[in-house]
Amino acid sequence: MWTLPILLLALTILLSIPLSRYFAWVMDGQLKSPGPIAWIEARLNSGKQNWKQYVIAMLAFTAVLFVYGYAVLCLQPVAPLNPLGRGILAPSTIFNTVISFMTNTNLQHYAGDQHLSNFSQIFFILPNMFLSASIGFCALTAIIRAFRGEALVGNFFVDMWRVVFYIYLPASLIIGCIFMHEGMPMTYASERTVTTLEPAAMGTDNQGQAKPQNIIVGPVAATIPIKMLGTNGGGFYGMNSAHPLENPTALSNFVTTFAMMIFPFSLVLMYGRMLGRIRHSVVIYCVMLAMMIGLIWWTVDWDTLRPNPAFTGTATAQNYEIADASARRGRRTITLPAVASLPVEQHLGNLEGKELRFGTSAGAVFAAVTTDVTCGAVNAEHDSLNPIASLAPFIGMWLNCVFGGKGVGMINLLLFLIVGVFLAGQMVGRSPEYLGRKVGAREMKLAVIALLVHPFLILGPSGLFAATDWGTKAESNAGPHGFSQIVYQYSSSSANNGSAFDGLGVTYGFNDNANPAPEAVPLDIGTGLVMLFSRYLPIIAPIAMAFFLGRKKVAPASLGTMRDDTATFGFLLLGTILIIGALLFLPVAALGPLAEQLGPIPFGG
Amino acid sequence: MDIAGPTTHDRKAERWQRLFSGELALTALKRSFILLRPDIQWQNPVMFVVEVGAILTLAFILRIKFAAMAAPVSLSYFLALDIWLWLTVLFANFATAFAEERGRAQAAYLRHTRVGTTAKRLRADGNTEEVASIQLKPGDEVVVGPGDVIPGDGEVIDGVASVDESAITGESAPVIREAGGDRSGVTGGTTILSDRIIVRIVAGYGESFLDRMIALVEGAVRQRTPNEIALTLVLTAFTLIFLIVVVPLWPMAYSAEQYMTSYLGLSTPLRSLGTDVPTLVALVVCLIPTTIGALLAAIGIAGMDRALRANIIAKSGNAVETAGDVDIVLLDKTGTITLGARRASKFLPLGGATERELCTAAALASVADRTPEGQSIVTAALAGGVPQDAIIAPDKSKFIEFSAQTRMSGIDLPDGRQIRKGAPDAVMALLRRLGATPPPGLDLEIANAAAEGATPLLVVDGNRALGAIVLQDTLKPKIAERVAQLRQMGLRTIMVTGDNRLTAATIAKRAGVDDFLAEATPERKLEFLRKEQAEGKLVAMMGDGTNDAPALAQADVGLAMNAGTQAAKEAGNMVDLDSDPTKLIEVVGIGKELLMTRGALTTFSIANDVAKYFAIVPALFAATLPWLKVVDIMHLHSPTSAILSAVIFNALIIPLLIPVALKGVRYRPIGADALLRRNLLVWGVGGMVAPFIGIKLIDMVMVALNLVA
Repeated sequence: MWTLPILLLALTILLSIPLSRYFAWVMDGQLKSPGPIAWIEARLNSGKQNWKQYVIAMLAFTAVLFVYGYAVLCLQPVAPLNPLGRGILAPSTIFNTVISFMTNTNLQHYAGDQHLSNFSQIFFILPNMFLSASIGFCALTAIIRAFRGEALVGNFFVDMWRVVFYIYLPASLIIGCIFMHEGMPMTYASERTVTTLEPAAMGTDNQGQAKPQNIIVGPVAATIPIKMLGTNGGGFYGMNSAHPLENPTALSNFVTTFAMMIFPFSLVLMYGRMLGRIRHSVVIYCVMLAMMIGLIWWTVDWDTLRPNPAFTGTATAQNYEIADASARRGRRTITLPAVASLPVEQHLGNLEGKELRFGTSAGAVFAAVTTDVTCGAVNAEHDSLNPIASLAPFIGMWLNCVFGGKGVGMINLLLFLIVGVFLAGQMVGRSPEYLGRKVGAREMKLAVIALLVHPFLILGPSGLFAATDWGTKAESNAGPHGFSQIVYQYSSSSANNGSAFDGLGVTYGFNDNANPAPEAVPLDIGTGLVMLFSRYLPIIAPIAMAFFLGRKKVAPASLGTMRDDTATFGFLLLGTILIIGALLFLPVAALGPLAEQLGPIPFGG
Repeated sequence: MDIAGPTTHDRKAERWQRLFSGELALTALKRSFILLRPDIQWQNPVMFVVEVGAILTLAFILRIKFAAMAAPVSLSYFLALDIWLWLTVLFANFATAFAEERGRAQAAYLRHTRVGTTAKRLRADGNTEEVASIQLKPGDEVVVGPGDVIPGDGEVIDGVASVDESAITGESAPVIREAGGDRSGVTGGTTILSDRIIVRIVAGYGESFLDRMIALVEGAVRQRTPNEIALTLVLTAFTLIFLIVVVPLWPMAYSAEQYMTSYLGLSTPLRSLGTDVPTLVALVVCLIPTTIGALLAAIGIAGMDRALRANIIAKSGNAVETAGDVDIVLLDKTGTITLGARRASKFLPLGGATERELCTAAALASVADRTPEGQSIVTAALAGGVPQDAIIAPDKSKFIEFSAQTRMSGIDLPDGRQIRKGAPDAVMALLRRLGATPPPGLDLEIANAAAEGATPLLVVDGNRALGAIVLQDTLKPKIAERVAQLRQMGLRTIMVTGDNRLTAATIAKRAGVDDFLAEATPERKLEFLRKEQAEGKLVAMMGDGTNDAPALAQADVGLAMNAGTQAAKEAGNMVDLDSDPTKLIEVVGIGKELLMTRGALTTFSIANDVAKYFAIVPALFAATLPWLKVVDIMHLHSPTSAILSAVIFNALIIPLLIPVALKGVRYRPIGADALLRRNLLVWGVGGMVAPFIGIKLIDMVMVALNLVA
């Protein structure tokens, strides 16, 4: 039960320490690569850039990625490696998918095994996973350099090269080998035809012969390592990490979970190492770890250790008196009848939608971790979590800084940190300072702009879709549960997470699909735009903020300055994140998961 | 921390009374209505949103009343809501207006209580007349004799005098002021020690620097400080964030209504407070940081006001704030660390003279010397066992007064003995003129005394050197504690003195300052400032003289003494009316309190929101999702009473916190970490807990008074 999360956390913490040292070493350009690689790196080096040039390089690179991705997906029907003859996806789905992978979100409004050819998997999915994952990493590096007071924050292309070739590639190779050993397919073939163990499992043909099963295969072991390491989360198969070929064994599940945690963990320490403030980063690390432990505990406790409320029923009828102008005396009594419990054995908790191959708590742990680190891979159905347990994945995405995505999680935390320092830091009797520099109006403006984006892009569209057909016709269950589905979709998009609650009809499929999900197009466009806007503004504004802060003079620390490497500071940071997070999303949490959990069964389906 | 220096407490008490008068409150009350004008209210974005909400609610009420619009609850609920929204705005305006009025009253009082000394004005016929110094006009010429206080800033046009400027400059050694040349400027408030001079007054009453400063404060021309601008920005962002939170609640609540209506199979659609606009307005008002938004201006004005009460006039609010950020304090040795006046501490007999002999001679030479130094020699001699009658000067003795030319004083006894005491080099020159050789070891004694931070005076009887009197600067009482306190506040203290390194080191060690700047010239001071500032440190200093002006201008906090020169006062960003050299410590405390108050009330304001959610969220959905009642851990009476209680708490907390905003959160020199922990507990955790209690109480009172349905 608790062995899996404890082992996972212990191993990740242990390995993040040496790895952060390696990252800092690589990003500071101290790695002496062999001749040809160094030659390429030297060609890429167009000189150090200031923050604006760095941002422009980043945006230009993204624009190229966008055009490239669009081209690849449009060429799918005519491109090679498509023996199964996959057609062209619906235009809105292409739009959504290209943005989704470009922004490291990997929200999938399609199913990889049904809708993509191996050509698209290799030339669209794979490069996007490496490159989009590097952008956050590069941005954090630029921010660190700016905080160090460097006016030139490095070269975007060189940083990109270093991240991809010195960090992601070797790590993916190692993890890939483990996965292949565990039985993950690695082939250019598109399908394997097998005879099923149970003779007529797939039905029989006209001659009465048992039909063989066609299993989709491909270069799975090549994509999955970076899917996890880069906290991308877009599965090769529609079922993502619950699929036996994408996550074959308990060991592969352990490695998969570990792989998505390790880089975000290490990056926090890299921040401290590169700034020469290791103790400060340890405090941040502990705050993030405390939140992650809390969220894992919440999910496991409410999902793995408690029964599904849908089966337990309510022993007595509940009466609620409510105000209602149309009723007599303005009051109406709602009676919710008692519901008999169903004879379902539940001592292992809620087992609906879980892959028991991985162990009882694996689904809950994975759900919490994948939303904390904005990976978005799933190995269980989040839709089937006990409603109140599903709060943990929600909170992970709402806060978006419980380690968070590579680089961006740390950047998001910096926003909370700056706000916390600004509000409470004055209570030591000095004007607010971070890293010895005074936080002024301009820095605050940039920080709050970045901070505003996330709630705006979650709550706005959620409200719009919840009250219109766009949402109500797409949800599988009406009421609070359907509401949760909508909020989840937008939280996942805005957090650039990419996991899905499921249950929301978002798949249009191929362009010639005669029977698409009714509201797939507005959802494609809505989430696509949210992913786009929520990605770049919260990266660019903090880079600018770091630059303006970094060029200020550093005041030496004294007894009178607030220390940023103490437990007190940790509590201040934790308090800021939790209070602001709670203030922003508590009403939505009440309307969705809470209302469903506390409400009558089968209320909300 | 007791930062109140040796200022007059009775004066303060009187002023406090004056400041809390009902008259002031009434003026402020009137002004709070004027501030409702949207174009003025707009300057405070948080309260502007509340005002818009109040207007919106009013429009809603009118629609219900006259357009017969269907409302989910009774009209009285909306009326109560709107009244409290308006009250919220008015409370905020009152806080601002009250602080402004208080500042104005302060300035007026300050002007009123300015008193002048009397002066001997030279008339055209060459005689003098007694006039009050406030009547002096530029161009008037006044005669100032020994012991007189110079009545105003001016220029010596005749004579030469030694002037005790220690009250202003802090330097204990008298300075020479003479007509012509660059040593002709004299400052009001300084005392003539010897000789008689004629001074031409240069600045008239009412035109002085001080008067212009008072006008500045009075006009309440308040520029927002960078820190205030940043905070306003953050508060506006929070306002925006909560609008982002509340606006989508409407469609969300609507969808819940739709669903519940169909779930229950009702014919008429279910209405909840979640789609009721005034209730959502109330939610916005409760969530946005109204508490700090209401008190922000008051905190800033109160900071200036607190400085004013300490008799410090800040040229801008920013100067007060910067004081809180100071890293290094330059303290002048004389007047700040030491008492300023030197006192006899030791007698060193030389060349065969006995100590008794030296003491008697020194005391005889000093009986007529009215300077503190002279008196201290007599006192020390008496304490050393010299009988009272041995130092009574015989009749027909002739006293030789100290003069700037001879730099010695003494007595000519009727028996022909001539006793002199004075600066070593002057006395040595006298001995040589008389053909005597100074006794061996004299140079060494002088050097030793200087090394200990003391000043030696030589005593001779005729041509016989009797020995030296060691005059020592004594440390001010409790100065070591103060310095330790400053260190606890995280400040580095640097003692600045014109003395040599050895003297400076001794005093620095005794006072416990972190470092010292010896043989300080204005250039060296400036150089030192620039060096420290280049390392990112903020430096505070106090100055008075014209040659301090560049350093005062360069310093981040330049506190000029009111008794100082015009140039110094122009250069600094604050003026100390008391010309008290220890004021710098107080200024830092005031700056820190200002910043702390702002941080504490902001934290409190945001932390308050948690409890309000617990009251309002279940109330919003009571009709559609009644089981959310579980969230209502306060067990409030009804949805409408819950919302009203939250709004009333939100409004009442503003006047309740006005005293905190005006007085400031007390600064304690216990180190930043301990201070942060303390304030986080009081204002952060306290801010979360307080509204739970407050809202519940208000709800209970409303139920008890039968005010809610």
